[in-house]
Amino acid sequence: MKIKNILITFVSAIALLFSTSVVSFAKVVGDKIILGAAISLTGKYSSNGVHTQNGYNMAVDRINSMGGVKVGGKTYKFDIIYYDDESNPKRAAQLAERLISQDKVEFMLGPYSSGLTKAIAPVTEKYGVPMVEANGASRSLFTKGYKYLFAVLAPANLYLDVAIRTAVELNGGKGVRIAQAFEQDAFSQDVRLGILDAAKETGSEIIIDDKLPKELNDMAATLVKVKQMKPDVLVVSGHTKGALTAIRQISEMKVDVPMLAMTHCDAAKLSKQHGKNSQYALCASQWHKTLTYKDDFFKDGMTYAADFQKEFGYDPPYQSAESSAALLVFKDAFERANTFDQKKVRDALAATNMQTFYGNIKFAPGGQNVDKPMVLFQVMCDAGGKCENKVVAPLKWASAELIHPIPKWSER
Amino acid sequence: MITIQACLDGLLLGILFALIAYGMALQWGVMNIINIAQGDLVILGGYIAYFMYLYGIHPAWGVIVSPIIMYFVGIAIYKLVINKVVDRDLFISILATFGISILFMQLMNFAFGADVVLANSGYGTTMLFDNNVVLPNSKIFSAFISIVFAICLVVYMKRSKLGRAIRATAQNARAAKILGVDTEKVYAATFGINAALCGVAGALISITFTIHPYMGLPYTIRSFMIVIVAGLGNLPGVAMSGMGLGIFEEFADYILGTEFRIGSVFLLLVLILVYRRFKLSRKREYLK
Repeated sequence: MKIKNILITFVSAIALLFSTSVVSFAKVVGDKIILGAAISLTGKYSSNGVHTQNGYNMAVDRINSMGGVKVGGKTYKFDIIYYDDESNPKRAAQLAERLISQDKVEFMLGPYSSGLTKAIAPVTEKYGVPMVEANGASRSLFTKGYKYLFAVLAPANLYLDVAIRTAVELNGGKGVRIAQAFEQDAFSQDVRLGILDAAKETGSEIIIDDKLPKELNDMAATLVKVKQMKPDVLVVSGHTKGALTAIRQISEMKVDVPMLAMTHCDAAKLSKQHGKNSQYALCASQWHKTLTYKDDFFKDGMTYAADFQKEFGYDPPYQSAESSAALLVFKDAFERANTFDQKKVRDALAATNMQTFYGNIKFAPGGQNVDKPMVLFQVMCDAGGKCENKVVAPLKWASAELIHPIPKWSER
Repeated sequence: MITIQACLDGLLLGILFALIAYGMALQWGVMNIINIAQGDLVILGGYIAYFMYLYGIHPAWGVIVSPIIMYFVGIAIYKLVINKVVDRDLFISILATFGISILFMQLMNFAFGADVVLANSGYGTTMLFDNNVVLPNSKIFSAFISIVFAICLVVYMKRSKLGRAIRATAQNARAAKILGVDTEKVYAATFGINAALCGVAGALISITFTIHPYMGLPYTIRSFMIVIVAGLGNLPGVAMSGMGLGIFEEFADYILGTEFRIGSVFLLLVLILVYRRFKLSRKREYLK
């Protein structure tokens, strides 16, 4: 009996030893570079979580099939360990710990949303694990002095900045009267700060400044104020709920405003859900397929969109495109660092200066991408009621001319 | 003009709230169960209308189809969960329905995705007072349908055999059982009727507002509050306090700002709870 017990202990000890030693090679096993990611596959961010994952997977397959990553004269392939963070920041932080301390992942990809990125960043920072993220735009991510966080997207405060500047330009350089309604969450409030800055610089006046609750599904009160005060621009940001509610109520209440600028239009499938009622809305976007940026892997936006459509059966939202771009950044950094040393990879990431199909990428010391402007598209519908998003600003990338002011409801 | 607009907006919204609250009052009165999953049943009802809309059927038909489906969902929930806790104290039933609420949220998220969706009725808008007051016809439609259902229900409760049995059980379950009322059946029917009312309300919400798997709780809170203000078994009271709450919300929104809209509802709830805490100590006994 005693011998049996000793034997069992011995065997399990060896098994344990093996299991840990196998895991500890996990960062780069054989010819594989293993990245870790906590993604919202369930919970309230699950749709955008899936867009993010699809973007990552698409880039992994593409890079691997086109020769992989060359480091130290050897070719490696990307592989990603995913965990579901259930759209919960606490869970995301736990999973980041798990990826780093148990799975021994040495490089991370970001989760979906600013909130979850904020939860994970302190963990990756603590362990010195470089993380390239594609879906956390909140300004506060880039003011904390994180050294290992890199974001391929433009920060949130720049989302609707272009809209205000365009409105001022169309007003002959004179300031405009702005009405704004923002949800009370980190992202939307950052967008608001950006508007405040732009208003200050252009001498514009903010005449309505409403905050929307998280449980938002009625903004009639704000819109009544808009009807009364007749601003030049109405800015709304409250994720998909905000975009859908705004369009529904603006069309129902026949609110006439010369310019309507929003975020999250494509995530809300605005033109599909609201059809002609969403016409003329301006939407901030990180990316649009008609932009003419180029790279060797996806060629350009149109090709990316077509390939993505073929693989996943839907048009890629910008969340997928930016996620794919994150992998291109990692590949580029690994090859320039020519090693898997985390510090050196981090330095290589910081020195990134490249163009991808998604846009130019160059990181500021805070980690945000400063080389890619936001674009504005406008929902435009033809007589048959088929609606399309067309880039109208900045002018360099415009594929259609901005329709301004928006025709009155009585004339539509 | 803003005052008239706020009053009318609030009134139309309040009527819809009152419908949801009436279902809650009914089942609270009859079974002494506070249903935390009320709002989630509403959202589920909304998804039924939304799916009809997706398949090209006008979402207004949802107010017929959704309650029928939801009635059976309600019966199923009763048979699976509620009848095991109906004779326990209030705390257990709150826990049980809280669990159902979480389960429903996750299942809806799993089945329908986390996107915010809506069904377009295409009903247009009514302009009043020289275009200064605008009322979306979808809101008017919602209020109208809510009133129709409420009236039907009142008549049904007064006239039909089941309605009388439900009222008898609410008054005294033990006596009703002795006199031959099948209380088990009454409980199941009550829960089913409540779910059906939620179904109607959900269909109307998908037409007027937006739906999302996690949006149920505010509806639960509102109906809870309306019932507390009105008291159990007091339908005119429920209607009045529903409309009152709707108008209160709209005015809070105008005066304090949209960010305090839900907050002011919670604040009101706390104030009313403090005020009415003695009146809530009504006790009820149960028979299986």
